Amino acid sequence: MEGITALYIFMLAAFTGYEVISRVPVILHTPLMSGSNFVHGVVLVGAMVVLGHADPEDPTQLAIGFVAVFLGAANAAGGYVVTERMLAMFKSKSGGAQ
Amino acid sequence: MNGVIQLAYFGVAVVFILGLKAMSSPVTARKGIVWAGYAMIAATLVTFYTPGMQNYGLMITAIVTGGAVAWWSGKVVKMTDMPQMVAIYNGMGGGAAAAIAALEFARGGTHGVTATTLAVVGALIGSVAFSGSCVAFAKLQGIMTKTWRLPQQNLVNVVLAGLAVVLGLAIIVTETPPAVIVIAFFIVALVLGAILTTPIGGADMPVVISLLNAFTGLAVGFEGYVLGNPALIVAGIVVGASGTLLTQLMAKAMNRPIRNVIFTPLSGAAAGGGEAIEGTMKELSALDAASVMRYASKVIIVPGYGMAVAGAQHKVWEMAQLLEEGGVEVAFAIHPVAGRMPGHMNVLLAEAGVPYDKIFDLEEINADFPQADVALVIGANDVVNPVARTDKSSPIYGMPILNVDMAHNVIVVKRGQGAGYSGIENALFYKDNCRMLYGSAQQIIGEVITHVKALEV
Repeated sequence: MEGITALYIFMLAAFTGYEVISRVPVILHTPLMSGSNFVHGVVLVGAMVVLGHADPEDPTQLAIGFVAVFLGAANAAGGYVVTERMLAMFKSKSGGAQ
Repeated sequence: MNGVIQLAYFGVAVVFILGLKAMSSPVTARKGIVWAGYAMIAATLVTFYTPGMQNYGLMITAIVTGGAVAWWSGKVVKMTDMPQMVAIYNGMGGGAAAAIAALEFARGGTHGVTATTLAVVGALIGSVAFSGSCVAFAKLQGIMTKTWRLPQQNLVNVVLAGLAVVLGLAIIVTETPPAVIVIAFFIVALVLGAILTTPIGGADMPVVISLLNAFTGLAVGFEGYVLGNPALIVAGIVVGASGTLLTQLMAKAMNRPIRNVIFTPLSGAAAGGGEAIEGTMKELSALDAASVMRYASKVIIVPGYGMAVAGAQHKVWEMAQLLEEGGVEVAFAIHPVAGRMPGHMNVLLAEAGVPYDKIFDLEEINADFPQADVALVIGANDVVNPVARTDKSSPIYGMPILNVDMAHNVIVVKRGQGAGYSGIENALFYKDNCRMLYGSAQQIIGEVITHVKALEV
């Protein structure tokens, strides 16, 4: 990727994040944080790519790659489950889990 | 194939942004996260088709074990313990970003100075987020109860950070960095994260969790550049920016600049300072509390972490409903830093079934306190302490507080007479219009409910 293109992506993504989040009401800040936590769980994809290209003969590379994928998967799965659980409680206007 | 994969990643990035945008309203929020969930599954599946990939057995094992452990722990965690779970999942994301960089270094370096620099920066931030989140988890979980500060803490921070930067530069300038430098770099970065977080007390934790979340986002974004994966860049930087905004909001709500949270934690400063408070604490019985509230026309409930740890939110809502049946207007007032992460108290009240149109922020409700007959404070302390308005020498001076002292009557539910989390005496408790209702929130609200019911006849 061209450095300058990446710079544009960084800038636009930063503004997008700021704009999207500034409209979220205070009552949803905890689900928002765990939801954004889930979104950076996409690091799993990067971890898969590096493990996929690690040298199968090199145990160090395999071990680091395994850790990366394990942690990424845990970030994504955990982030999703807790966010979904919290948002389920906010679902109706009359409120409540029942 | 590669074009299809890239297109899929693009779609995933779009859905992630829309998913986060859906969180602007409680009505659409859940749908948003479910879409984002499908997008994540799609991203994972297409990645298997990336050209030249191998080690599939190991990869699937890691996904299944990591995913399953986190899925299970996320399902069973209590709502009260949510902040530490969010912290630890976040730490794992940071750890994953750091590990990606580590593997790139182990494979013989990345291509180009820009890529290597971003890999190093991402690795540094990711490692700090990882070890910092682990410490935050240990503190909130009660595994680590002592808050210790090193002598010359700030100097140690600066030295460690400087060392990390020097080692990072060494990695950048050497084409293929020697393993010993890489290992030293990661150790220093991990220690730095832990050392930065250990002195921070529970009161500042919401800000720290939010900050570490932003860190992980940035780390993921930088590693995305290294891997040439725009989906990672977009998702990571969106989270980095939003986390930064949220951190600013939290810090503002506490009137504590972020740099103060990190470099001069409250726990250290709280011991001295503050004017002596005159007056005595006056006790009140559950029966009196019940009648004061039952015959009031407006009651504002201020829940704090004390209510949350006692698991009393269901009882409190039961009591509120009883009062409403009796014609009393009931509202819940939430301070932005009530709980252990931003908005945590709202989640706990939602769990108990409190409709969110009865829940108000500090700015929405502060003007209503002078018209309220009763302000019922349950396990909150610093966020209702009037010295924040009046006493310049107090460590919490200037922090926006809920003006409960302006209500006609104040009832404070508290387990004992000790000072709160920050160790600052609360002037509210000594005010003429304030009465103390001693006991665990769960049990004492139960008693109040019984008395309110008896008053109905």
